[in-house]
Formats: sequence, structure tokens, C-alpha cells
Amino acid sequence: MAKHEVRSPIPGTFYRKPAPDQPVFKEIGDTVAKGDTIGLVEVMKTFHEIKADADGTITGFPIDDAEPVMAGQTIAELG
Amino acid sequence: MPINVISAGIATTIQDMGRPGYYHLGIPMGGAMDRLALRTANLLVGNDEGAAGLESVFVGPELEFTEDAMVAVCGAELPPKLDGEPRETWTAFPVKAGQVLSFDFLKSGARAYIAISGGINTEPKLGSRSTYAIGALGGIDGRAVQPGDTLPLGKGSKSVKEGLTVPQTLRRGPGNPAELRVLPGLYWHRITEQAQKDFFDDTWKVANEADRMGYRFQGGRKLEFVEREQPFGAGADPSNITDACYPYGSVQVPSGTEPIVLHRDAVSGGGYFMIGTVISADMDLIGQLQPHTPTRFVKVDMDTALAARHDRAKTMDAIREALS
Repeated sequence: MAKHEVRSPIPGTFYRKPAPDQPVFKEIGDTVAKGDTIGLVEVMKTFHEIKADADGTITGFPIDDAEPVMAGQTIAELG
Repeated sequence: MPINVISAGIATTIQDMGRPGYYHLGIPMGGAMDRLALRTANLLVGNDEGAAGLESVFVGPELEFTEDAMVAVCGAELPPKLDGEPRETWTAFPVKAGQVLSFDFLKSGARAYIAISGGINTEPKLGSRSTYAIGALGGIDGRAVQPGDTLPLGKGSKSVKEGLTVPQTLRRGPGNPAELRVLPGLYWHRITEQAQKDFFDDTWKVANEADRMGYRFQGGRKLEFVEREQPFGAGADPSNITDACYPYGSVQVPSGTEPIVLHRDAVSGGGYFMIGTVISADMDLIGQLQPHTPTRFVKVDMDTALAARHDRAKTMDAIREALS
């Protein structure tokens, strides 16, 4: 399957976990379906879910947990 | 004939030039955070400068038109698309009934202003259509635009030339680092000389807590206070004062750690000291700062602030001239 990049439409801070004391939404190697939540972006005092916009298997997270993210930046790669 | 809202981004609100005159009652002036951008977008489509348009933060809406109109998008570089085909920002383009306006990923800036010929014609509240969401005032039922809403359009815009565009030199965006000019004052004397120097020497960063009420900055050194016995009515923290009025643009620094610049939907008063105010000429710029943007505060005096205000007015005049 062709490589697909899931991008954040929003600038802010990227998180891979729903809360600090909980496991990450997805690990590398997990299969995802379109609409699955992959991470959160915090901005303007709210958290926005970033969802997969295609089916696939996660091959990488080019951004670390709790790192700044720009609009349009890739947060996960699907293979 | 209205516009149908298919999706609304994360925060799209109806804004005009706001409702000055009620701040003493706790109702802020509100209105577009980047006024020059909304004025310009309106001029491009033949509206009065103060007509109501949409302010979209980071993410654009998806709008279905049910009548022909002219549209212009100014402010942030949020690339418009018409039925999927790219259109230019800062440029008037025609939209036909049945077409859908959507947006690509944000390239720079934070807030895009979408003006539509005729202007958005919701019912004014206290003299303005601006949405003040915390006060549930203006806009549509006092809230941000939602999918399923219909936006009524007014009449009476002048006919304009398709492709009318704002010269590049008149499109001002935030630099990197962004520079915000500050006139020290108010409670400036409350911090030490060292802290007064540090505040302007440090490079700060826009925090995630940045919205229409205020912009928070972090990453600079903690400000130390001049010791004093707290006056009657003031809280125990050295950053507390006896409650006072908060001007637009005022910079409060709770506990001396993270400066907050109050913006168009500001609270009108409270108990934090303020070290000064961002000058009026730079208020529009704040509305275009994304989270994590490096930012310097630059110390200016009153003469410089007034000259900057004059320059800003001249820029707007130059835009009017270029579009007339």
C-alpha cells in the first residue's frame, strides 16, 4: 500500500496520549481505520482529536509526544 | 439567499469592528482581532470597511453559496479553494451559486478574514454583529458558527473588479521573532530594575492559552517584585493589586511568570498588576501569532507609540488608495 501521511490541520502541542497517565492512542505497527484517533493537539485551551483520514498500518511518528506542531505537519505515517 | 455552513473549522466567528462604549459595564469592544485584515477584505469585495465577515482561526470553514458573490480572504495565509480549485488570498474572486468555498492547510499567520459581498447580515446586538462568545452576545445566538448554520447576506455592496488584489508591500505579517512594542506604565514600578530589563531582553513564546480574550507568553525569566506591604484589598501574591481597570493591550504577569496581553474580548478589570500596554498599532499583529511563535517585547515611549499609530493609519490609507 502506498505511504500515507496523517497531518494536523491545527498548530499547537501534539500529544500521543489521551491523558498523561494513560497509554498512547496508537503504537507503531498498529493498524488504523479511517476515523480512528491518533493523537491530540492542544491549542486555545482545548484539545482537538487528530483522526486517521485513511486505513493503514502505522509505520512512524515523525513528531514526539508533547512537541510543538505546525498546521499541515505530519503526525503519523501509514504504510 | 444565505450561505450554508457545511463545516466550521475550530473557531469561526462573525466579526465586524466591534461594539465600543460598553467596556465600563464589562462588555468588551470585541470585533476582528486583525482589523486591518477585515477592513481590507471588505474593501476588496466592495463592502463598507466595517461590514461583518468571518474570522477563522487556524482552520477554515466549508461554505456553500446559494447566490453569486465576490469573496476575499485576508490576514493569515489560509489558502482558499473554490470547488477544490486554489484561489489567491488578499484578492477578490467571484463565487457562483452552488459553489463550495473551502480552505487548505494554514501556511502562516493565525486568523483569516473572509469577506463576502453584501456582508453577513445577522441582527446587530448593542450596535455590532461581532460574536462575543463568553458573553453569548452577537453572531448567531451569541456563539461561534456551526455546521448547519445559514448566514444571511446583506445588500448594497459596490461592484468591484474581479482579481482586485492588495500589493505585497501592504500585506504585513508577523516577523520571526515577532516584535510587539510596549509602552511601560501602569504598575511598571512594581518590578525591580533587573526585571524591567529582563522582560525586554528575553525572547518569549506564544503559549497554547491564546485566544480572543488574551494571549499568554512563556519562556522568559520570572519577574522579581519590589518588596512592599500589600495594600488593602490586594491579594497576597506580589503580582496582586487592589482591583483596577484593565486596558486593551495591557500586559499582566500573574506571579511574575507568564505575561498575558489582553485583546479584543478582554475582561475589563481585576487584581493583577500590569507592566504596560502593547501599542494600538501592534494589536492586529497579535491576532496573527500562532502558538510557539518566538516573540520579543520592544520598549517604546509615547511619541513612538503615537507615530506608529499614525503609520498604521497611513498603511490603511495606502490600501484604500490601491483598491479604489
